[in-house]
Amino acid sequence: MASLPNHPPAQADIAALKARAKRMRNHMLVMARGPGQGYIGQGLGIADVLAAIYFHELRWSPEHLDDPERDRFLLSTGHYSVALWAALAEAGVFPLDELPSYGADDSRLQMSTLDTTPGVEIIGGSLGHGLGQGVGMALGLRLRGSNARIFCELSDGELQEGSTWEAAMSGSNFGLDNLIALIDCNGIQADGDLVIDIEPVADKWRAFGWQVQEIDGNDMKEVTDALQAARTKGSRPHAIVLRTKPGKGVPTLEQREKAHFVRVDPDEWDALIRELKDHN
Amino acid sequence: MTTTPNYSKAMGVDELVGSRPVVDAPFGNALIAAHKRRGDIVGLTADLGKYTDILTFRDAYPDRFFNVGMAEQNLVAVAAGLARTGTVPFATTYGVFATRRAYDFIAIACAHSNVNVKIVAGLPGLTTGYGGTHQAIEDVALMRMVPNLVVIDPCDATDIEQITHAVADYQGSVYMRLLRGKVRRVLDSQRYTFILGKASVLKEGTDVGIISTGLMTEQALDAATTLAHEGISAGVLHVPTLKPFDGDAVAEFASRYAAVVTAENHVIRGGLGTQVRECLFDAGVVRPVRSVGIADAFIELGASQTLMERSGLTTMGIALKAREALAR
Repeated sequence: MASLPNHPPAQADIAALKARAKRMRNHMLVMARGPGQGYIGQGLGIADVLAAIYFHELRWSPEHLDDPERDRFLLSTGHYSVALWAALAEAGVFPLDELPSYGADDSRLQMSTLDTTPGVEIIGGSLGHGLGQGVGMALGLRLRGSNARIFCELSDGELQEGSTWEAAMSGSNFGLDNLIALIDCNGIQADGDLVIDIEPVADKWRAFGWQVQEIDGNDMKEVTDALQAARTKGSRPHAIVLRTKPGKGVPTLEQREKAHFVRVDPDEWDALIRELKDHN
Repeated sequence: MTTTPNYSKAMGVDELVGSRPVVDAPFGNALIAAHKRRGDIVGLTADLGKYTDILTFRDAYPDRFFNVGMAEQNLVAVAAGLARTGTVPFATTYGVFATRRAYDFIAIACAHSNVNVKIVAGLPGLTTGYGGTHQAIEDVALMRMVPNLVVIDPCDATDIEQITHAVADYQGSVYMRLLRGKVRRVLDSQRYTFILGKASVLKEGTDVGIISTGLMTEQALDAATTLAHEGISAGVLHVPTLKPFDGDAVAEFASRYAAVVTAENHVIRGGLGTQVRECLFDAGVVRPVRSVGIADAFIELGASQTLMERSGLTTMGIALKAREALAR
């Protein structure tokens, strides 16, 4: 469809994308302030990647969310919803004044993602569900000769789910070079530090037959370069291992060690938003 | 006196004894026909293509068939992804693996959004002698509890042919049990029509109403014949769709008889037996109900026919319950 940009630009505007990421982080703080809690650490950590996806790499338009030729971004970790809402709001899918409803009864912006909210491709949250659906979508797009691609986010903790590896096996077996796994390694899970050692992550994906890059997921240049490299065809799916920092961009939250589910006192929010503003 | 032992067949559905004609791979052939008609079907399996009759579809449409290996969670997830790109995936495996291993994927990746995935589940109930690892005895109960999901247990080749087309045309998530290989033709394809969500009166009677699903409908029809020789007039209501359940038809049918027998190739608790009781109670149709089905127990290994006889999943088993229900 002519409604979608033909291809992402060869050169990424790093400064503009960093500004997008910063605004998205601000949206997240606005959202989390309402309930006073949330998966804000993960959201802040993946903000740079989502900014690069939605404002650089994805052939996608907020005006044509169901265009069959769109690239699709799948958020497998539904509890990162705060980051997806920030990206979709920044893209204009819903108004910014809806952000404070995050987590409230009847809000479209829930603490975990349902596909009833515009722009959400799958139900995330039961971990280990995203990549297999990504394999199915990549197969379906290839079957009808589409050039659209599937970007599937998943997390390091999610690598403990066996279904992730079932999907990894099938993705390489079917030669899906239109499938890009974005593996957010932030080192935390519900019980704290990763409770089962999943390193070396990159080697595991290589062993499963994927084309693998490993980068600093909070470095916009590295992120956009890796996405560009993942445009290459070659009968193998792509994996980008992203090393990210939970709470990135807000020093107090970065230092709130291993916080899987962050709780913030009401009087702290203004200080956190000021920190984000001042932080580079 | 020596007797010849009954052996269970390797990987196989033991072919049930009987004199009715058989049809080869009715599911696989109907799937080919459905694709010819629609053009959007994709076949999937988890290393059980040969044993779920879907290889005929692969041979006809090799580009539209994917084997994900022994990975049932991924089988269902891949099907959900395919459905979201506009194809109609039919994913086959055994019922035990689809339901017990991939339950979360059926519930969340499929049924929650009611995506257009069709799960086709082999070896229902005691159609295999492979014991508890392979006998899907509680799959209908599990699937019936998942919101949105349509659940179907076909009787025979005619049912399977019609159901395959009907579920391909239905927009939403479906779990259907499969009879595979040489499947008998019990229902007359000229006179019987499967309608999704509807029960079907196959025979009218005056004394006892037999309500059956799946392959037990064949035994129900034979039991009605047996009972007729004893002067008992039995009607037969076939209920292939277990969800949504045609409670109106069941209550109306039951209200015309003094007693009711249910018959299913599944555990009675949570299956047809339970559903019929719930539905009759709600409708205020008070009748004695007796049930033929699998007990609340894992069943041993053995020849399928032996296991069915021991569980009473037979013509005689239904006739016995009918006499009990009528207190004759």
